[in-house]
Amino acid sequence: MFISYQFIVFLVSVLILYYLVPKKLQWIFLLIFNFVFYMYADIRYPIFLVITTAVIYTAARIIETYENVKINKSIKKKKKFIMMTALFIVLGILVCVKYTNFIIRNFNVCLIRTGHESIPFVDFIIPMGISFYTFQAIAYLLDVYWGRCKAQKNFLKFLLFMSFFPQLIQGPINRYNDMSESLYERHDFRWDRIRFGLERILWGYFKKLVIADRAGIAVSALAESRESYTGIYVIAGMIFYAVQLYADFTGGIDITIGIAESMGISMKENFIRPFFSKNIAEYWRRWHISMGTWFKDYVFYPCGISRPVKKITMFCKRHFGMVVARRVAVYISSIIVWLATGIWHGAEWRFVVWGLLNGIIILISEELAPLYHMFHKKFSGLSDTVFYRGFQIVRTCILMSCLRLFDVYGSVRNTFRQFFSIFTEFTDKKLSLQGLEGLGLLPADYIILLCGVIIMFLVSVINRNGNIREKLLNKPYVVRYIIFTGMLFAIVLFGTYGRGYDAAQFIYNRF
Amino acid sequence: MEKTSIKQSILHILQELHEDIDFENEKRLIDDKILDSFDLITLVAELGDEFEVEITAKDFVEANFNSLDCLTEMIYQLMNE
Amino acid sequence: MYTAGKIIKAGLSITVFILLIWAAQRLVQPKYADELIEGNFTAEYYNETTDHDVIIIGDCEVYENIDPIYLWEHYGITSYIRGNAQQLAWQSYYMLEDTLRYEIPKVVIYNVQALMYDEPQKEEYNRMTLDGMKWSKTKYEAIKASMCNNERMLEYIFPIFRYHSRIMNLSKEDLKYYFKRKKVANNGYYMRIDVLPVSESDVADMSWLIGDTDAEKDEIIDPWADIETEEEENEISLPEGNAEEKLGNLSMEYLDKIRNLCDENGIKLILIKAPSLAPIWYDSYDKQIMMYSRKYNLRYINFYELLEETGIDYETDTYDGGLHMNRNGADKISEYLGDVLSREYEAQDHRGDMTYDKVYEQKRQFYYEMIDAQKKEIEQYGRVKNY
Repeated sequence: MFISYQFIVFLVSVLILYYLVPKKLQWIFLLIFNFVFYMYADIRYPIFLVITTAVIYTAARIIETYENVKINKSIKKKKKFIMMTALFIVLGILVCVKYTNFIIRNFNVCLIRTGHESIPFVDFIIPMGISFYTFQAIAYLLDVYWGRCKAQKNFLKFLLFMSFFPQLIQGPINRYNDMSESLYERHDFRWDRIRFGLERILWGYFKKLVIADRAGIAVSALAESRESYTGIYVIAGMIFYAVQLYADFTGGIDITIGIAESMGISMKENFIRPFFSKNIAEYWRRWHISMGTWFKDYVFYPCGISRPVKKITMFCKRHFGMVVARRVAVYISSIIVWLATGIWHGAEWRFVVWGLLNGIIILISEELAPLYHMFHKKFSGLSDTVFYRGFQIVRTCILMSCLRLFDVYGSVRNTFRQFFSIFTEFTDKKLSLQGLEGLGLLPADYIILLCGVIIMFLVSVINRNGNIREKLLNKPYVVRYIIFTGMLFAIVLFGTYGRGYDAAQFIYNRF
Repeated sequence: MEKTSIKQSILHILQELHEDIDFENEKRLIDDKILDSFDLITLVAELGDEFEVEITAKDFVEANFNSLDCLTEMIYQLMNE
Repeated sequence: MYTAGKIIKAGLSITVFILLIWAAQRLVQPKYADELIEGNFTAEYYNETTDHDVIIIGDCEVYENIDPIYLWEHYGITSYIRGNAQQLAWQSYYMLEDTLRYEIPKVVIYNVQALMYDEPQKEEYNRMTLDGMKWSKTKYEAIKASMCNNERMLEYIFPIFRYHSRIMNLSKEDLKYYFKRKKVANNGYYMRIDVLPVSESDVADMSWLIGDTDAEKDEIIDPWADIETEEEENEISLPEGNAEEKLGNLSMEYLDKIRNLCDENGIKLILIKAPSLAPIWYDSYDKQIMMYSRKYNLRYINFYELLEETGIDYETDTYDGGLHMNRNGADKISEYLGDVLSREYEAQDHRGDMTYDKVYEQKRQFYYEMIDAQKKEIEQYGRVKNY
């Protein structure tokens, strides 16, 4: 979606007009353009968005009217009823459009086994960004319900929060409290802000077009002819996919945040150098943060302290003792969260397996914590060495890369088959230049990929102690100019877009 | 119940959770990721047991868990509700 | 506030940026120098220093089959071919419009083959035809009329977006012809001197034609249906169907536009059909053109019917088995055209005019150097390699 001439033209015109319209009308204007964008994608999409928005808006307003009333049992019940109804409706829409066919497919498996006719699939349209805006809506509703944030009185303003166009493409899941203020504020034209935003957008495009889409060519080639690319090529696939996913996802978020920034709207960061994480739990605190915290705040905690879970804890305490009881809440909530996270990524079993595996690894490492503790007590000083940190980082990367194979190979069975071929067929195939060229990339492409990864790494490292763009600000104009222009040229020349050039296609052929 | 005795009990629970942390002076338990989400769930369960209060999602704001004093204040409020 | 220094800084930055983009764009654009030289024809026209009495428009059936140097040498006629690989009707129209921005010829010759196509065919041919055209409203309109479904105007305005990936496989050619295009054609004529007889080629089985051209002359334009199956095997999009095939409606509209444009400028229009053995030229097409030329009182020369008069021999006069003429064939067609032009259209003999003599002396030199070079290649490699 980000990658089309139309989007660039749209973006540029929105930015120019945003600062030309009267400041009082800026947010209205933005709302209109959100809908222009959304309807351009598909004329039917806004219907879903508006329904979800209206339901949540109304529920939040009603819940808030109870705020000043003395709270008693019946009001509490009413509040809860309204919250649950709204939740049911918006989640219902999400499940309907996204998961109906998944449910039917699994249902059909049972039906066919028992000799019944199968149910035909339903042809739902899936509105772009529905997972993101539904989650934003739920967070807002629960925050109002728990009294953590004030309900927005102006429906159009709330609609603006829900429909902000760049976040409909690739997220992140913004919180109303974080974003609302700057979203409705009046923004003066400030060159420094725009420049920061543009730099970020450009960086995002660089990552997406030059790195991610290039690596993506190799990944899809590896997945497509997976039978011939086993063994060491599965490891190559892990690396390519790690590069692709990181560059694509963070690049998309960079573009989103950059767009918001150039309009003076602040958005929280969604990634903090996730590949430098010491363990998987930390990785998930640094990768797709808005999703991780959403699941933590609105699933994990509420679930962990809910009455049913408490009852189970009590039961375990009585029958199995403290050791088990202390773990019950954490285990139950973890499994639920990771199931949900898996399903959220896609309506397929491989995502369910993927989510559960994540959860299981995190729980195992939690169980092993005392062991680690003992180990580090014995070899004190080891945990601070560069070597050990490097080991932890590499370990996390390898684990995550293995898990990501579910994404690459499309089904649970294929994933396991490919994964085990690493051990059984490792020596069967040699990683050769010829084999790599068979993936659809030229040697020059690999060089560009390598350079791209090195640049990403360096930027990451520089960003560690302070924003790289602010550091750039102190550099002489010429330096900044070269960097800016160089990036633009890299995107235009080395970007993977357009139809590509095949000289053979030009060869004059009889006419 | 007095605030000081509440504080003592909470400290006891916390130290059982992580023995090597100076909970009395640490003011950024959540922000500095000293307590992770697993600890929080466990902590809430134990606090609920100990003081016979119900910590609901409404109170489950990370700001309430950042220091021993915050925790004490929250429990004190809940007990007197 | 803005100081002069800031403005200069901004201006300089933007200028450098534009220059760099232009430089990169030129680098990645195909140079069409040693291979695919067909992409160079359109641009080469703008190097002309003298005007032309005859402008020839159409697809490969003009630029491979008519030899302006021959016309000069034998009739003193100045002519230029503005033809390109699969130049479709609308492209021919705009090519003429573009030419009229520089000169008004006395005669325009249009080859009718491309009228069978009624919609854009192939992005690459559009590119080779249009990229070289100088920017004007005409070019914009030409692009608009020519674009295939997934093409973008932006990619024509900034070809760098189209060709950027060539950065991965640049050749020496790209540096050598960075500033100056290589001259590849003779007044738009793409010359080949090698021979591939029809009988030695599997492109089209034309034995019926070579065998007895004299005996059954009627059949010469008749039995095209015989080779239909052959044609289907070639990966060319040809109109399917039978003898009821009609020329494209849109294309015919553009033929009207070409005719009107000529009328407005007092130019005489001649329609021709070159004697290529493929693609199919149905009887029904021919009838349609015949009716058209009668209706508007145009001259229509169908070279299929003139094989005897021109003396075209598909065993010696084609370099690719009957699709295109080599120099032998082109000169035979040119001889016929030159005769018609000078007798019936009073095309001037410019020989003896100092200005033209000087220019055409150079052109002739280039022409004969090319012949020698091709001869050398045939000796050396057994085939024409770099042309």
